[in-house]
Amino acid sequence: MANITNEILLAVILLNFFILGTSRLATCIKTVASQGILLALLPPLVHGVNGHSLLLLTGALIIKGGIIPWLLFRAIRQVRIRREIEPRIGYIATLVLGALITAGAFLFADHLPLLPHHLHSLFIPATLSTLGTGFLLLITRRKAITQVLGYLIFENGIFIFSILLAEAMPILVEAGVLLDMLVAIFVMGIVMNHINREYSSINTEHLSLLKE
Amino acid sequence: MFSSIFFHILLLVGLSPLLPGIIAKTKALVAGRKGPPMLQLYHDIWKLFRKGMVISKTTTWVFRAGPIVGFAVPVLAGLLIPFGTMDALLSFTGDLILFVYLLGLARFFTVLAALDTGSSFEGMGAAREATFSVLVEPTVFVAFLVLARTSGSLTLDTMLSAGAKGELFHGPATMSLILISFCLFIVLLVENCRIPFDDPDTHLELTMIHEVMVLDHSGPDLGLILYGAAMKLLLSAALVLDLILPSAGNVVVDCLAFVVGLLLLAVCIGLVESAMARLRLIRIPQLLVGTTLLSFFALILILR
Amino acid sequence: MNLYFIIGLPFIAALVAAVLPSERFRPLVIPVTALFHIALVFKGVFSPELYTADTMLGLDALGRLVLLVISLLFAASSLYAVGYFRTHPTWGNRTFIACLLIFLGAMSLSTAARNLGLLWVAVEATTVVSAPLIYYNRNRFSIEATWKYLLLCSVGIALAMLGLLFVAYAGLKGGEEHTLQIDQMLTTAGFLSKPWLRTGFVFLLVGFGTKMGLAPLHTWKPDAYGEAPGLVGGLLAGGLTSVAFLAILRAMQIMTAAGEQALAHHFLLALGLLSLVFAALFVIRQRDIKRMLAYSSVEHMGILAIGLTMGKLAAYGAMFHVMNNALTKGALFMCAGNIHRYFGSKRMCETQGAINVLPWSASLLLIGFLAITGSPPFGPFMSEFIILRGIFAAGNFSLGFGFILLLTIIFIGMSSTVITVVLGPSMEGQQPSDAVSETFMTVLGPLLLIIAVLVLGLYLPEPLRSLFQEAADLVVAAQ
Repeated sequence: MANITNEILLAVILLNFFILGTSRLATCIKTVASQGILLALLPPLVHGVNGHSLLLLTGALIIKGGIIPWLLFRAIRQVRIRREIEPRIGYIATLVLGALITAGAFLFADHLPLLPHHLHSLFIPATLSTLGTGFLLLITRRKAITQVLGYLIFENGIFIFSILLAEAMPILVEAGVLLDMLVAIFVMGIVMNHINREYSSINTEHLSLLKE
Repeated sequence: MFSSIFFHILLLVGLSPLLPGIIAKTKALVAGRKGPPMLQLYHDIWKLFRKGMVISKTTTWVFRAGPIVGFAVPVLAGLLIPFGTMDALLSFTGDLILFVYLLGLARFFTVLAALDTGSSFEGMGAAREATFSVLVEPTVFVAFLVLARTSGSLTLDTMLSAGAKGELFHGPATMSLILISFCLFIVLLVENCRIPFDDPDTHLELTMIHEVMVLDHSGPDLGLILYGAAMKLLLSAALVLDLILPSAGNVVVDCLAFVVGLLLLAVCIGLVESAMARLRLIRIPQLLVGTTLLSFFALILILR
Repeated sequence: MNLYFIIGLPFIAALVAAVLPSERFRPLVIPVTALFHIALVFKGVFSPELYTADTMLGLDALGRLVLLVISLLFAASSLYAVGYFRTHPTWGNRTFIACLLIFLGAMSLSTAARNLGLLWVAVEATTVVSAPLIYYNRNRFSIEATWKYLLLCSVGIALAMLGLLFVAYAGLKGGEEHTLQIDQMLTTAGFLSKPWLRTGFVFLLVGFGTKMGLAPLHTWKPDAYGEAPGLVGGLLAGGLTSVAFLAILRAMQIMTAAGEQALAHHFLLALGLLSLVFAALFVIRQRDIKRMLAYSSVEHMGILAIGLTMGKLAAYGAMFHVMNNALTKGALFMCAGNIHRYFGSKRMCETQGAINVLPWSASLLLIGFLAITGSPPFGPFMSEFIILRGIFAAGNFSLGFGFILLLTIIFIGMSSTVITVVLGPSMEGQQPSDAVSETFMTVLGPLLLIIAVLVLGLYLPEPLRSLFQEAADLVVAAQ
């Protein structure tokens, strides 16, 4: 069982790289959705099959794998955008940065004061790598929708870490977190639509009118 | 001993023209056509060897040297690689460097021969080919690093026998080896100018990369080039297969398995070619850098 | 039981408002809700119910303080809201009113949360639900402000979540049963693993500090407060910042219980000073009145942060200041909103001589400006004075003098803008024909708030004084 956990986390890290390098928005959304689905499978594997983890599994599957991608697809259909433009530092530099962050995550994770049974697992490197990828996407991309995807990946990274701490998070809080994310994406979709109506594009570089 | 040498050379020299034929047949069948016969390349090479040559007056000895080097180098490099469980004929510590640079030498001479003609099309193709090779070389080195680390030795023979030991399926380095085999497959596609990096069937000069470099060769020279390219394909496929194919214990079964594996890999390449289109030129460096990073990632996994 | 009503009432009211078909009567839901809310809050704050250690909801002194502040501010804003919607009869108000009420509910939930995770969920909910509120004006500037607000605050809150998880991991590593229940964390704080706790605190500070608007995480504030309607600006500057401050106070509680208060104080002090400096720099020659008020908000967050680190007396002052700041900011933003609506612009060059055309709003703006910059006899003067006394009592003379200097600079910077807007020479012939003048409802709210602030400065009722003291005692350990 433990081996599959490592494989899933590895797949999540590989998906990070894939998202950093692709420019097709539909592919990005599908990749983030599959990352969410993979992560949803982790709680029962790590903590055993019980009510709490099964509820978490279904909730995460429905919201991260179903509703949020649907909202995002609707958003890009409404603004009729299908491709991202060249990021601020270029795709190759983004990929290299992402790889450096992942490498740094692996190196750093070995020096953290972790519990003994967490020491050689892939949880912490996967967390740091996914957080870094989300952050990179937020900073370097120009289209609003990719920034939203960066935020989602950031949240995925936090989710990975929270799996280690299942007992601390009661169902109420987990449900609240998922719902919050859902509503946040919903609102972001609406705002993106308004941006598109205002500027006929969702290139956030247009949003620079407010100055001192 | 002698039989293994004999079999090694026979496989390298005899089987290699079959592979491009299988690829072309697969592509044709997937596209709904009948396609050329699988032994077509044998006939083509035989025909070319009996033809006369036309040599441009602007070329020098480099132009003649290119195909000869292009034929000799794969033979030499093939001596360094094990085929399945059949050991390499020549092996010493650090021969992986020799391997990589032998292939580099062949490429160098092909590029030079293209530049030697003085035609702009060849120069353009040569530049592109050189760029792709530069971008893919780190992947090869990192892949070899990973293999060196898992096997603990610096001879290609031991490194590549990881597959024979079945390490791909169980053992501490499974994920890394899977990633590395994937990267080496991409390297195969790049080095042998297959889709999605280069279209071997295109007849538009502006879209050719490898094809345009050999545009001016004719007769026996062209035959040597085609033969050399087929052998290079076999070598790259052997690299990938060595990692994947587990050993069955019996020598005969292993040899047969290796041959069948080569043919299946050729079918795979044909399927990949049918499924994709050639990438836009600006995307190819991105993909190659991505592959390099993937191999680095495999290295990190193994260093933990 | 009372608590469930306090939290549930706004959500039910939001449902009612969403369902109600009449555009004219929908705004009335707001003051009705506010009235019931404040009645329940008075009962809950001044005759508090006890709660157990493993419950999800309960009001301790800190929660009671912030809840009271929020409810008062919302009550005054609700009066303003009725007048506000009458000035925009053609704009749809269903989403706005529903979001406004959910906003109140989420803020109330966050004050009563006894589980840090629940607190996080409530604060994130307030972020998400306030974004449509900022966008009510529907122009390019407000969409830009909304997008930046949404993204920056969401990422900040996500970082706060990471901090929470680190703190929980500190509990796991410490060997005790790890939990996010505040009361349990306070009792087992000694066992928390120090490195994880410190890192978690930093992330919590960064995350909730973004929400609060401490420099250098304040960059969204001028845009968001500047483009939001005055009603929303007041609620954000007074209510949301207090809630974010409460979250930081919870983190401080845990750090103090674990013995790490020195480190926590260092960080807070640094951020507080930085906020004061930034506010002083940017408030000078600020031509836009709402952006100026946003920087004033940054300044007061800095004052709160500094007050928290200087011992018991200053902490008491900080608690007092939470109330003063919230009430005064509410009044200021509402008056600025009135002026903005009349002149059609919020820039200094285009809105001069407001006192001639909007006597009540302009004079309230002037009085509010005097209050917020610390003039006696208003409440903020008292609270800032107490904080200063605490600073000098702790022996930090240079800090105290720097504090006074920066506050003076801010006073001078703000005064040029406010005095020009209020008392400047009227511009001829610029009377817009569709100018919306102030009405009774749009003036009543700010007026009540300013009166409250004046009363607080002159005479502090004993129940309030003991509430502030109790709240301060929760955060600062015995010296």
